[in-house]
Amino acid sequence: MPCFSLTSLLLVAEEAAAAAETVESTGLLNMDRLPLLGVTVFFVVAVVFWISVARSGGQIKVREIAGLKAIEEAVGRATEMGRSVLFVPGIQDVSEIQTIAGITVLSKVAKTAAEYDAKVEVPVARTLVMVTARETVQEAFLAAGRPDAYNEDLIYYVTDEQFGYVAYLSGMMVREKPAACIYMGCFYAESLILAETGNSIGAIQVAGTAMPAQLPFFVAACDYTLIGEEFYAASAYLSESPAELGSLKGQDLAKVLAFGLIGLGALLATATQFVPSLQGAFDFFTGTLLG
Amino acid sequence: MMKRTIPMLLAMAAGIVMILAYFFPLLAPLQDKTTVWFNILAAVAFILGGGNLLKVHLKKVSDRREGWAYSMITLAAFVSVLAIGLFKIGVNPLDEFPAQRMAGDFRAEGSGFWYVYEYVFAPLTATIFSMLAFYVASAAFRAFRAKNLEAILLLGTAFVILLGRTAAGVFLTDFLPEEGMLANFRLENLTVWIMNNPVTAGNRAIMIGIALGTASVSLKILLGVDRSYLGGGD
Repeated sequence: MPCFSLTSLLLVAEEAAAAAETVESTGLLNMDRLPLLGVTVFFVVAVVFWISVARSGGQIKVREIAGLKAIEEAVGRATEMGRSVLFVPGIQDVSEIQTIAGITVLSKVAKTAAEYDAKVEVPVARTLVMVTARETVQEAFLAAGRPDAYNEDLIYYVTDEQFGYVAYLSGMMVREKPAACIYMGCFYAESLILAETGNSIGAIQVAGTAMPAQLPFFVAACDYTLIGEEFYAASAYLSESPAELGSLKGQDLAKVLAFGLIGLGALLATATQFVPSLQGAFDFFTGTLLG
Repeated sequence: MMKRTIPMLLAMAAGIVMILAYFFPLLAPLQDKTTVWFNILAAVAFILGGGNLLKVHLKKVSDRREGWAYSMITLAAFVSVLAIGLFKIGVNPLDEFPAQRMAGDFRAEGSGFWYVYEYVFAPLTATIFSMLAFYVASAAFRAFRAKNLEAILLLGTAFVILLGRTAAGVFLTDFLPEEGMLANFRLENLTVWIMNNPVTAGNRAIMIGIALGTASVSLKILLGVDRSYLGGGD
């Protein structure tokens, strides 16, 4: 193993050295991306600053997210009905940030289920997600003081194929009729098929995704939907850890910057109509700064 | 340490390399290497997935649980397609090696795998996808019920968009002039205006939120603040 790592590092160093020769002509830093680097640095500083403020005892208020509050209700309902909770973490791998955000929510769902003694079933479309979800659920059961209730067979791999996965889930939902269906992750065309099937069996449904094209489908067919940003805030909201809440504040600061840039762009675009000499500034703004 | 700290450090290092490589071309090879490592990991994990699939469905069949017959079909399909692919059933040999059938491409046209893909897998996938049309209709029926002011606005907008995208919409407002102020109220133009202005504005607001959320979650992972993907918070 150490030999493998050393060889890999040497290979990487060799390739980096080779690339360095070609980079000399283009420069160390990609100048086209300099404005974006500035925005990135601003964002990182804002988030780190607010995390440190929150850690040092600063109060940070987060508005209530109905979809996340509904999770407890959904798991409670499943327990009362003696049926399972179905959790779908999307169809992408763990390299997709939405999947990680979904796994965070799964942690909360599993903890609540362990407390209520409910069954959570997690069929996945990627094997690495299966491994991650198993770890997460096991930890959640442990945290809830119910390690004995953890059953790894309830988190299983179905298929990588989008519609094969959908076919399995739809059939399973119709046959087993879970009382609650929770969809948290990255979804494509399968979102409406899943949500409508869940609706047809009368399950309470909570969805969360950052795919704008799928949001209307979830809104139409589910009881609660976490829209983009709310979905990402779930981790901070559920953990209630000051560090995570602080990151939300940093995010808000970046939003202020975005609004400022939008306002500036609108002003420049309008002013250009009356003062043509401002065209250069406007082109720099849209082409270089935002481009 | 092996379960939390090292995986976290690896995730942090890989993530930071990916970000820096975007701005510093010098790090591009490291970025490629990280991607290759992920692919290797995913390929190994795929074997784990196949094993899990066999385990889950064999158990279901042996326990005679509800829907076990579907598991039988899944197992039969899995094993037969695997055999067709691995043993290159029906594969035509390459021109360079006419005596070596196994040297042929298992995905080439005419191979057994190709037949399964073209005549079994693709039609089944298309069937599931086509069901979407019916689900859109049922979801739209529920969403467009005029229960309150918001639902009425949604219904009205959807009605304009749907009509504006059909020949009927063009026909209905054909009496309005093609030029001037009133031309904006022709259904086909109204549709374009709705899509380009209120819809785009709303969409962009959501997109900005999503982009910042993505960056924030990524940063929390890189800084080790969010460790939920490792199975727990602490």
